[in-house]
Amino acid sequence: MKKKSNNIFRKIADKAYEYGFVSNIKTEIIDKGLNEDVIRLISSKKNEPQWMLEFRLQAYRHWLTLETPQWAHLDIPPIDYQAISYYADPTKKSKDKQNKEIDPELMKTFEKLGIPLEERLALSGTAVDAVMDSVSVKTTFKEELKEKGIIFCSMSEAIQEYPDLVRKYLGTVVNYRDNFFAALNSAVFSDGSFVYIPAGVRCPMELSTYFRINAANTGQFERTLIVADDNSYVSYLEGCTAPMRDENQLHAAIVEIVVCENAEVKYSTVQNWYPGDAEGKGGVYNFVTKRGDCRGNNSKLSWTQVETGSAITWKYPSCILRGDNSQGEFYSVAVTNNYQQADTGTKMIHLGRNTRSTIISKGISAGKSQNSYRGLVRVSKNADGARNYSQCDSLLLGDKCGAHTFPYMDIHNDNAVIEHEATTSKISEEQLFYCNQRGIGTEEAIGLIVNGYAKEVLNKLPMEFAIEAQKLLSVSLEGAVG
Amino acid sequence: MSNEKEYIEIFDNNRPLIETLCSALLNKERAKAFEQFKSTGFPKRDDEEYRRTPIDKLFAADYGMNLGRLPLQGSPADFFSCDVPNLRARQEYIINDSFYRDAAEKSPLPEGVLLGSLDQFAQTHPELVEAYYNRQAQESDSLAQFNTTFVQDGLLLYVPRDTKLSEPIQIVTLLRSNIEMLSNRRLLIIIDQNATADLLICDHSSNDKQTLSTQVTEIFLRRGAALNIVEIEETGEKNSRLAHLLVNQESDSRLNHCCITLTNGLTRNNIKVTLAGSGAEAHLGGLAICDKNQHTDNNTLVEHKASHCNSSELYKYILDEEATGVFSGRMLICPDAQQTTSCQTNRNLCLTKCARMYAQPQLEIYADDVKCSHGSTVGQLDENALFYMQQRGISKDEARHLLMFAFAGEVIEKINIEALRDRLHLLIEKRFRGELNRCKRCALCKQ
Repeated sequence: MKKKSNNIFRKIADKAYEYGFVSNIKTEIIDKGLNEDVIRLISSKKNEPQWMLEFRLQAYRHWLTLETPQWAHLDIPPIDYQAISYYADPTKKSKDKQNKEIDPELMKTFEKLGIPLEERLALSGTAVDAVMDSVSVKTTFKEELKEKGIIFCSMSEAIQEYPDLVRKYLGTVVNYRDNFFAALNSAVFSDGSFVYIPAGVRCPMELSTYFRINAANTGQFERTLIVADDNSYVSYLEGCTAPMRDENQLHAAIVEIVVCENAEVKYSTVQNWYPGDAEGKGGVYNFVTKRGDCRGNNSKLSWTQVETGSAITWKYPSCILRGDNSQGEFYSVAVTNNYQQADTGTKMIHLGRNTRSTIISKGISAGKSQNSYRGLVRVSKNADGARNYSQCDSLLLGDKCGAHTFPYMDIHNDNAVIEHEATTSKISEEQLFYCNQRGIGTEEAIGLIVNGYAKEVLNKLPMEFAIEAQKLLSVSLEGAVG
Repeated sequence: MSNEKEYIEIFDNNRPLIETLCSALLNKERAKAFEQFKSTGFPKRDDEEYRRTPIDKLFAADYGMNLGRLPLQGSPADFFSCDVPNLRARQEYIINDSFYRDAAEKSPLPEGVLLGSLDQFAQTHPELVEAYYNRQAQESDSLAQFNTTFVQDGLLLYVPRDTKLSEPIQIVTLLRSNIEMLSNRRLLIIIDQNATADLLICDHSSNDKQTLSTQVTEIFLRRGAALNIVEIEETGEKNSRLAHLLVNQESDSRLNHCCITLTNGLTRNNIKVTLAGSGAEAHLGGLAICDKNQHTDNNTLVEHKASHCNSSELYKYILDEEATGVFSGRMLICPDAQQTTSCQTNRNLCLTKCARMYAQPQLEIYADDVKCSHGSTVGQLDENALFYMQQRGISKDEARHLLMFAFAGEVIEKINIEALRDRLHLLIEKRFRGELNRCKRCALCKQ
């Protein structure tokens, strides 16, 4: 049976990465390299105010003093930061013509990815901000949202149109001094989404950003800022893909979320950057800093992520539970196959009273991949009544992969209740046999078992995403069970 | 001047003295270790493994070292008596950093068993010591290298093939000096094929001077060997202990280790068990009861290198007042270690707001046919249970003690020496009532 299931999976694993095509779009790319002039150039291209330029330069100068972090359970080949171009603009052509129309090639690309930018074609109830390389191409349903006072636009636009809001919140959750990649991002970030939900507003549709890397030898450095004012609610989705290339591409993003009193933010990600081929060649390096600050009392932030892509993932979506009774949630499914490496998890920092957090992490490793969960639960002295529950399960498919768990618990309080559990195992022969007995083929049985295993997390995703994620899971997993 | 420089200088200046008083074998390893220590120095604050236990600072104090091997006046009986009643065990002493040659008559050991000064055996049985000494420690961290650099004596226990020791061996390590002192001890324990032994290591101090001790215990369990080992630390607030327990297990060997920290200042136990042969089994237990400013750090690594091995860990902490507990447990399952079962449990009680617990249970798994799990909790005593007992006329304090006692009991139950188990129950109960430090061999203990 072992051999048979191996064969089945090899077959499916050979299935190419669906989104690996390259679009032929005339793109303006600045010269490779990183120095203060490049930062000034990016800033001037985006026509930014002086304070923004200073913010970038400050971050850049700090970045120069830092060294690449080595602590993760990852084998990161040295990255030449001077061999990357930090700005690529595929909308250049249309701007030249002074034309509001978007390059049809661009439209086609996003259609191919299943992200129609025509509002009439769009999935009902989802507004999309489409970002390619360094520039936001289009944001849909902007007007409808504006009627409710919701701001949903690209970061560049926000800096122009709502400088006060951006200035008030940018860098307050993830400071440029936070870590190596945060400093780099703060210096060179190009585009991303800005969301502001005013007090008392429940966002009527899902907001979503789709990130696409297209140009070669570039990195994507997006920056997203979400502010949910008092008593508001928003559900935000994020998806991403990149073409198949032999060389690695860098993606270093920052996501900052501010959650005010009684507000709730749901942030869901389906990460499907190009993972590299079966030999481990190429793929995106995904080094991301994501953090939410539950500033207000009774606020709630929920992270859900399905990580299937990227050659290397280094990502820890975190919650600072500052307000009393605030809640943080983290649901994650991370799948690694072939030579992929992932070091992902979360941080729950309990500062307020009666704060609660839940961590459910499901790792699935296959092929020759390494999959790590790394998480921190910190309960400060004043966080009376803090409660945490963590569960990290790993499923091993194949005898050459690794699954690791590195949880940290720092407890400084006598009435916190913290629980952590982790298990690691493989799909048991008995389970497969049971399915086989009942006429379910091995391939289907494994799909069934894995889906059941990940269900707890997938259920947390918004409807449209859940279906996509389930499909994604069955594709990226395979080649593995034995 | 940084602390390591100071010690490098001390060693350079005193090298001839240390070496002339010590066997060539120990000196050979010393030279290697010194080079290694020189290049790495003490673990720093940013060293992940020592993040919660600052080492550098510990060496900052001005300690004396007995490099000239001056003998201590008096016998251990003058200032120490074991307070475990009905314990039938053969006692051996390590005072500060040297093996104490007891004049007292003892029952003869089974044939071929070696028990005594490490330095002496290095001269009389060089082939045995050479085959085992420093084999594991040389791959350990810089504190183990520091120990090898300065160590001059310790204890060796060798149990030959198919030999079963009928009574437990109790090794009492005593700290006694009139000045602030640093002592470096070494234990080398070899249990040959199919042999078994029970060991009890008691760590005591009998003075109120600040001391720091480093201890490296290397244990080799050959095929089919079994070892039960219990370590009990009952030192004082001014005593710091940096210990390494390194175990190498061949196939079908069995280790039971239990490490109990009752009173201490700062303790760091590095425990590394390598399951090198298939079918080996290791069970680790730990209990720390800390108050005041006590700091207990248990850092374990169980490395499964072969298939069909089985390991378990159970570590419990009870933290009162401003105590700090650190637990870092790592289970490493190598690619060939199929059919492994391994589970790790860490449970902690924080009794005050100022107590701090840092837990870090880790799994690193490179094989697929395994069953591994870990669980860690931090919490308080069950309110319902407390209420239930109060309802039935048990005072709140008494109920708390009962629950804490039961919490600690789970670790104690794993000890296979009955007299010791009973004694520990009593000690822990007294410890909870805050009577332990006051007890000066009262009527109760003398019985």
